[in-house]
Amino acid sequence: MHSTMENKPQFQADTLKLIKEIKARYPEGKQKSALLPALHLAQAEFDGWLAVPVMDLVAEVLDISPIEVYEVASFYSMYNLKPVGKCLLEICRTSSCWLMGSEDIVRYLETKLNIQVGETTPDGMFTLKTVECLGSCGTAPMMMCGAQFHENLTFEKVDFIVQNLQAEGKRKTYFDNVVVENY
Amino acid sequence: MAKKLLLEHDHIPGIQGYEVYRKHGGYASVEKAIKTMTPDSVVEEVKKSGLRGRGGAGFPTGMKWSFLAKPEGVARYLVCNADESEPGTFKDRYLMSRIPHLLIEGMITSSFALGANTSYIYVRGEYYYIIAILEKAIQEAYAAGWLGKNILGSGFNLDLFVQPGGGAYICGEETALLESLEGKRGNPRIKPPFPAVKGVWGCPTVVNNVETIAAVVPIINEGGEAYAAIGIGRSTGTKLISASGHINKPGVYEIDMGVPVEEFIYSDQYCGGIKNNKKLKAVVAGGSSVPILPADLILKTANGDARLMTYESLSDGGFASGSMLGSGGFIVMDETTSIVKNLWTFARFYHHESCGQCSPCREGTRWMEQIIHKIIHGHGELKDIDLLWDVQRKIEGNTICPLGDAAAWPVASAIRHFRSEFEDYVNNGHSIQDVKHYYSVNNLTEA
Repeated sequence: MHSTMENKPQFQADTLKLIKEIKARYPEGKQKSALLPALHLAQAEFDGWLAVPVMDLVAEVLDISPIEVYEVASFYSMYNLKPVGKCLLEICRTSSCWLMGSEDIVRYLETKLNIQVGETTPDGMFTLKTVECLGSCGTAPMMMCGAQFHENLTFEKVDFIVQNLQAEGKRKTYFDNVVVENY
Repeated sequence: MAKKLLLEHDHIPGIQGYEVYRKHGGYASVEKAIKTMTPDSVVEEVKKSGLRGRGGAGFPTGMKWSFLAKPEGVARYLVCNADESEPGTFKDRYLMSRIPHLLIEGMITSSFALGANTSYIYVRGEYYYIIAILEKAIQEAYAAGWLGKNILGSGFNLDLFVQPGGGAYICGEETALLESLEGKRGNPRIKPPFPAVKGVWGCPTVVNNVETIAAVVPIINEGGEAYAAIGIGRSTGTKLISASGHINKPGVYEIDMGVPVEEFIYSDQYCGGIKNNKKLKAVVAGGSSVPILPADLILKTANGDARLMTYESLSDGGFASGSMLGSGGFIVMDETTSIVKNLWTFARFYHHESCGQCSPCREGTRWMEQIIHKIIHGHGELKDIDLLWDVQRKIEGNTICPLGDAAAWPVASAIRHFRSEFEDYVNNGHSIQDVKHYYSVNNLTEA
């Protein structure tokens, strides 16, 4: 569409350089392999989700067709195809986390933020999402926000995390620096 | 307990960094392999060790390596499977975040053995912070001359890269992983051809789990025979076990193969017993895919022998009364656990993670989740239990990759060993376990 063309997104120079470096990791002619890392970078740069013009941009940068990008973005669960809040709270719900009370954590967050799983707070700050096992079973229950794992959750801990995220007010991405807890 | 092979140094401050790692004997296996061995003799040593794939399948690593095709003028690749996603499994995350250079070292030694000049570590996207840790370790290894051109003056070149996934359990299946590495959807390929002949970009490729590649380091340092001397029978060496659920000391434990399950659960050296002095009800011993066993059958085999932490002992009795070692994801459930509700989290998981390529899996996993959902919400009928049995049976063995089997086995074993709990839900509209059907976080903090 014409309006989309006018608002065509562009990567920052640093990101473009990084994508170019990533492309060099694969043999000549296999630059499509850079698609998953490039989509992560795109999502981090463009408000935490992949709008169609953003996916088209990725296709252009990697010199592949847009459908090759759409089919991949829609397959993997980490790519958001709809807008999300600045802090996407991804709460694990699989066995070990469930055994240790993840349902309580989900309900507590739903009540606290006054939204259901899959929804975003009206101020655009938080989105709740339940996810499958994130490999934090020994420190369950857990949730992830950006790259940070928040483990051994209790209601008090959730209060603390939400309060800090709110105060910080920043968008969280998978490229953030994290605090690695001892486990 | 005997000497640890992988996690011996994991608590040393600064072990994440190159200097400390090197000071504690790091990169000795690369030196030994490149300076004193041929690639084939490294493969031989791994064969002698009896090492079996630590991702879950347990296929002999040395044999897998020896299948690698070596056509003239065609690049070969080693790809490390760090797409750890099997529910209950977190050992690779622990290893990579605690002692990243061990994996890098294993990748170099293994790449040398296979004649791979470019290798990749495919890490699940959710572990992005670990990718940062690995990339830092790789930079340090390049700076110290362990990676790059002409390593140790041998003429052997190796470049090592980390590739992120996008969030898909199926990419732990090796051919799906290779598709994903090529920038595609994670749809498993039909085998043959196996990756050893036609892997990434159509080139011969070996795919090994993180723990498998790390184990190559002590095998080369101390010899395959020394490694094979640990353990019992065809279960050689040490194994990382991820222990979680209702236990006092969840975490990652490196055990010698052959530790009795009872000791593993109750000894203070390992899990430290069941939380809050509750009784043991059931264990999923090798990640969500393996059959669940009730307390009596996980502690002892049907013949009354003590069950051991080995490939053979855990599968003793077949699926009628046994299970599998799998990935070593050891999930412990106490007497308050609803087996049916736990199964629902598994069924939901497999439905969510099915790639959708094969109809029995795509349709069957959805159907199983729906039936279990109906049962736990009190709307089930007795015939639904039989229907559930029927559906799982029709998935097993009828799909391109093992995800179908992995989805079927937990359902089959839950019905086989805990059918009365399903009937409880059907007959009473709820289960006795619903009185307290999961651990309340509040109770946990009060305890």
